Amino acid sequence: MAELLSLNQAVERFVSNGDTVALEGFTHLIPTAAAHEIIRQDRKDLTLVRMTPDLVYDLLIGAGCAKKLVFSWGGNPGVGSLHRLRDAVEKQWPQPLEIEEHSHADLANAYVAGASGLPFAVLRAYLGSDVPKVNPMIKFIDCPFTGETLAAVPSVRPDVTVIHAQKADRKGNVLIAGILGVQKEAALAAKRCIVTVEEIVDDLQAPMNACVLPTWALTAVCVVPGGARPSYAHGYYERDNRFYQQWDLIARNRNTFTAWVDEFIRGTEDFSAFQAKLAAQQEAK
Amino acid sequence: MNYSTNEMMTVAASRRLGNSSVCFVGIGLPSKAANLARLTHAPDVVLIYESGPIGAKPSVLPLSIGDGELAETADTVVPTGEIFRYWLQGGRIDVGFLGAAQVDKYGNINTTVIGDYYQPKVRLPGAGGAPEIAGSAKQVLIILKQSHRTFVDKLAFITSVGFGDGGDHRKRLGLPGDGPVAIITDLCIMGPEQGTNEFVVTSLHPGVTREQVIENTGWEIRFAVNVATTEAPRAEELEALRALEARTAAAHGQTGGDE
Repeated sequence: MAELLSLNQAVERFVSNGDTVALEGFTHLIPTAAAHEIIRQDRKDLTLVRMTPDLVYDLLIGAGCAKKLVFSWGGNPGVGSLHRLRDAVEKQWPQPLEIEEHSHADLANAYVAGASGLPFAVLRAYLGSDVPKVNPMIKFIDCPFTGETLAAVPSVRPDVTVIHAQKADRKGNVLIAGILGVQKEAALAAKRCIVTVEEIVDDLQAPMNACVLPTWALTAVCVVPGGARPSYAHGYYERDNRFYQQWDLIARNRNTFTAWVDEFIRGTEDFSAFQAKLAAQQEAK
Repeated sequence: MNYSTNEMMTVAASRRLGNSSVCFVGIGLPSKAANLARLTHAPDVVLIYESGPIGAKPSVLPLSIGDGELAETADTVVPTGEIFRYWLQGGRIDVGFLGAAQVDKYGNINTTVIGDYYQPKVRLPGAGGAPEIAGSAKQVLIILKQSHRTFVDKLAFITSVGFGDGGDHRKRLGLPGDGPVAIITDLCIMGPEQGTNEFVVTSLHPGVTREQVIENTGWEIRFAVNVATTEAPRAEELEALRALEARTAAAHGQTGGDE
């Protein structure tokens, strides 16, 4: 059974220094609040896994929480670069960042393998590509039946996965709707799984075949309204495209970035205080 | 009607999509061209985005690969793993539609790094879905603006494979799809030459000279024996494109990305 906890408690208890952490959500339902809380609690030496690092990992990398990044596409969607990621890779700031890069198909398969309890995933990929030359974790194997050359990659088995979802019921069963990305696979591949949700309801009213994660497969459920902003939560709020553009200016410069993190994340008690502070600043503009 | 070179590029690319095609769409220029096709000559084209929507029919261009409208207008939304496993690797994609940071004469694509991988001059976003789209789609279309910096003699990094070292290299590698069939730019259309699979200019956009193309290509670009002139954008194509861009700007406060 998942425990209903505050996000502060959940991160304190279930995310440790040195953990392999996956904050998943493909453009949709990105667990921003959890990334903030990891910074507030000053976790270090994390291995971060995520198909699209997005703003959440730009934050964690720039704030000095990460020692390694496992990813498959590291840009700011519709805007351009992730400047903190680039600065870490190109200039080792604020510290060197080991990177292990894959393709989307590869990482998606690796999560499926992780959720399936398998040591590796097999897929038709990478023939002729330079990606395996810079990622020794990508190997090639011969199909034992046809002889075809296929790619093999280790499964993703995070110590802890964090995802955001629309709602949970009082027992901690979670409903996810809309673009699912690899959230279900990431949740089931992990040793521990924290889910932040928009709200707790009496009855999920989940349609048959809906994506429901049962409470007994999860570790903690935390109510964090708006917890996926500036990404979106289908049925609750839309993507804040302007913030993704603003992020380009905030993150472009080390000092601006650090000042922003100090003021808005380390300088706020929790995500709702952060949202209030950000809203006040946006209004003043 | 007057038109820009970017509009010519998008229209030329959109014309390559047939009405019965199942198309795996990259974000940015490919998404713009694919949706223009759907709004003009190919209303039944099936657009698949890697985030999970199958049969998406957005009224505005998505800014991200997983915008909510893609899901709302889709025939079905499946997990990302399923998109790559069943629908792409399963052999159900007719056309993979890709952008690129850089391309070489054999249609190989770099979206990873400029300069040395371990001491990068510019770190680019990386592979995303492109390597397996380039590998497994039955055909691939590449769209990008042409310049010395984007059309290079030798890629610093081959992220996604076109024809490898040329000739039958792609086949020898064992990639299932046929590879890139066209590169559409703001100046011209290129196609793979039979036998060598080197990309040569097959059609110049109206008013573009051979010298312009030569100047904006990092290798010694060659021209097909018969070089056509691309048909200028028709009024209905331009109207549909501009209306789509206007709706996108109104919805997002920005144009939908040209990178």
